[in-house]
Amino acid sequence: MTTLRDWLIDDSPASPMQARLGRFYRIFGALMHNPLAVVGAIIILVLVLTALFAPWIATHDPLRQALGERLLPPSAAHWMGTDELGRDIWSRVVYGARITLAIVTLVAVLAAPAGLVIGVAAGYFGGWVDRILMGITDIFLSLPKLILALAFVAALGPGIENAIIAIAITSWPGYARVARAETLTFKNSEFISAVRLLGASSLRVNLGHVLPLCTSSMIVRVTLDMAGIILTAAGLGFIGLGAQPPLPEWGAMISRGRSFILDQWWVATMPGFAIILVSLGFCFLGDGLRDVLDPKSGEQR
Amino acid sequence: MTALSLKNLDISYGDVQITHDVNLEIADGESFALVGESGSGKSTVLKAIAGLAPEWTGEINVFGKPRSHGIERAFSRQCQMVFQDPYGSLHPRKTVDATLGEALTIHGIGDRSARIEEVMASVGLDRKFRFRFPHQLSGGQRQRVAIARALMLKPKVLLLDEPTSALDVSVQAEILNLLKRLRQEQNLTFLMVTHNLPVVSFLCDRLAVMRQGRIVEVADVADLKRGDLKDPYSRELMHISAAHAN
Amino acid sequence: MNPLLEIENLRVTFPTPRGDLEVVRGLSFTLGRERLGIVGESGSGKSMTGRSILKLVRAPGRVTADRLTFDGIDLLTRSERQMRAIRGARISMVMQDPKFSLNPVMTIGEQIAEALLTHQRLPRREVNNRVFTMLESVRIADPERVAKLYPHEVSGGMGQRVMIAMMLIPEPDLLIADEPTSALDVSVQAQVLDIIDELVKRKGKGMGLIFISHDLNLVSSYCDRILVMNTGEVVEECKAGELMNATHPYTRGLIASIPRLDETRNELPVLDRSAWATK
Repeated sequence: MTTLRDWLIDDSPASPMQARLGRFYRIFGALMHNPLAVVGAIIILVLVLTALFAPWIATHDPLRQALGERLLPPSAAHWMGTDELGRDIWSRVVYGARITLAIVTLVAVLAAPAGLVIGVAAGYFGGWVDRILMGITDIFLSLPKLILALAFVAALGPGIENAIIAIAITSWPGYARVARAETLTFKNSEFISAVRLLGASSLRVNLGHVLPLCTSSMIVRVTLDMAGIILTAAGLGFIGLGAQPPLPEWGAMISRGRSFILDQWWVATMPGFAIILVSLGFCFLGDGLRDVLDPKSGEQR
Repeated sequence: MTALSLKNLDISYGDVQITHDVNLEIADGESFALVGESGSGKSTVLKAIAGLAPEWTGEINVFGKPRSHGIERAFSRQCQMVFQDPYGSLHPRKTVDATLGEALTIHGIGDRSARIEEVMASVGLDRKFRFRFPHQLSGGQRQRVAIARALMLKPKVLLLDEPTSALDVSVQAEILNLLKRLRQEQNLTFLMVTHNLPVVSFLCDRLAVMRQGRIVEVADVADLKRGDLKDPYSRELMHISAAHAN
Repeated sequence: MNPLLEIENLRVTFPTPRGDLEVVRGLSFTLGRERLGIVGESGSGKSMTGRSILKLVRAPGRVTADRLTFDGIDLLTRSERQMRAIRGARISMVMQDPKFSLNPVMTIGEQIAEALLTHQRLPRREVNNRVFTMLESVRIADPERVAKLYPHEVSGGMGQRVMIAMMLIPEPDLLIADEPTSALDVSVQAQVLDIIDELVKRKGKGMGLIFISHDLNLVSSYCDRILVMNTGEVVEECKAGELMNATHPYTRGLIASIPRLDETRNELPVLDRSAWATK
């Protein structure tokens, strides 16, 4: 164990691989010094594990209805009680982790790279490219996220896939903005000039040199946005345009529980807690990542 | 033979004209200094030659061939630049190996590992630095990496933008010695921009003094050493520099 | 007469993952109303010394000393609040780059007036007069116009003179200047130094000056006394005029490595750090 650590923090790595792993190790080490980030990371880890092992963690089939056991309060048999169709809420929350994780992952995979490429291109080339790309970005930014997502879902038809696409379409402009701002700060730096002087093409300068510098702030931004994405997905689910029944999506579950909120509080509260917890986890982790990955202050120590 | 010749060079940024009618002839193998205070336009001349300040009129000839306004690959193999700030001129996320190897990849040159080690050895960087990131290097080591990067394509001309002004004097001495040795070994032509006359005296053969975008005097460094500059402004610079040293 | 500043065994320590790092190691000196130069290369601890006198070393850095007194006041036992009353009013500091030290959204006149009003109450007319006189004394020709400008509207040399005006208007007893001219052109540098010099010597009272710089020649031509620092320790202390007779190999190495205007050496001597490193 100590030898692995020595190999990782070696000041004179012998291969690019060792240098890269060493860098990740140092970032990881710095992250572990931030208690809130650790809490956030644990929450996210638990979410991922729950999603992976849902069939073993859940105590019941999340879709099986038992009308004789409707709206039971939390007990040993049903840890979070049951809903209006007698389904076990704990099992539904556990399976809901899969849907939530799928939504945030897909949105991140779709929206972040799109925003990154558009932002870097706008920032690097400037002029009319910048004006056109940022004009489109501004149009998207000027509309409220949820309303825009609503419009897209209304056009595409309700359903979880369309909700994901709609959220992705509404979130890239923020990333494009961040990437453009980052690119503007780097594009006139001496190390970019040096690469250009070596004869590198614009594509090479952008993909190989500018883009990697924007990714860390992008990772931070996406992590911090995760909470918002979950809430938007839940919001869409809540008004019935996201995940369709009987899928155990947390937002949809709250929506169903709304009718019983005064007498059977657990139906809406349990998935609500899950949303709050996961959102907080992403926020904590994002804050921690920001402190560690900031290209201006981080890694200098 | 003339390595670099500038004829009636007027450089602008937008509507502002920075230099006026700059004429220079720098011979192959010569070490030439452009001296002046901030705002004199000396760095701008260097940038225009490198291709980083494309708004100019006049002529820039490199080994007899006129230079275009942008950056071309063929040109980049003849002429490279070393920047002032060793902290800002290296990509913070790339190892020394990646920074040096980039030139070879761009120009499709093989034998990567051997060439990187050869150039690192020639600038006095130990092999153990090869996979370090810039933040794991000292200022002097970073400047050696920047010089190594400029030498990867075996250029004939090096443009030096205040290469030692951000370094401590003891490190400055090391880098100046290195530049002097490299010039002899590889028969390089230097065009250096600086405000430091003693550095010119150590490293250069001739100098031009710039003020407000114009060259006010071109002289031999021997004249500078004798305190024999003609133009009143260059004499003033020289006197301040001399007073400072005593 | 008591010295203005007495420092004994000053240490500044920063904790790192690999154990504590001492950036200033047991520094001692006394200062009267004179010009003391502290010279060293980057990482020598010279700036930390200046900051620790004002207790401006940020956590997790720690400052300890056997003695740190300024004009009879024990600075070590002062609270942060009491320090604030001393900073600016009695000890001022000029930093390297005026661009980062001036507030970009306040006019120059307002900033100087604020520096004055933080420490004493004065009627408005009096304040304006003091600001204009101060700007004149840093050789700004038309103070009434300059006072209305914003920092981005003035040149680097002018900005640094404004900084000095701001630092000196409360008439401090001690000025700490950390590389005050490094960002300036040589011709402007001389002017700024002359201004500081004039203010150090003015009136009956005078002022103590700690001039921190990496530039050996500049410090030796400008100060009365010099401390040469290397890796947190003073390796040489001498009168400015006697720097050329320095004895420590580090100081001698530094002096030798600076190129001269009439340079004849083919190679500059490089510091051999093993010559004096005992640890």
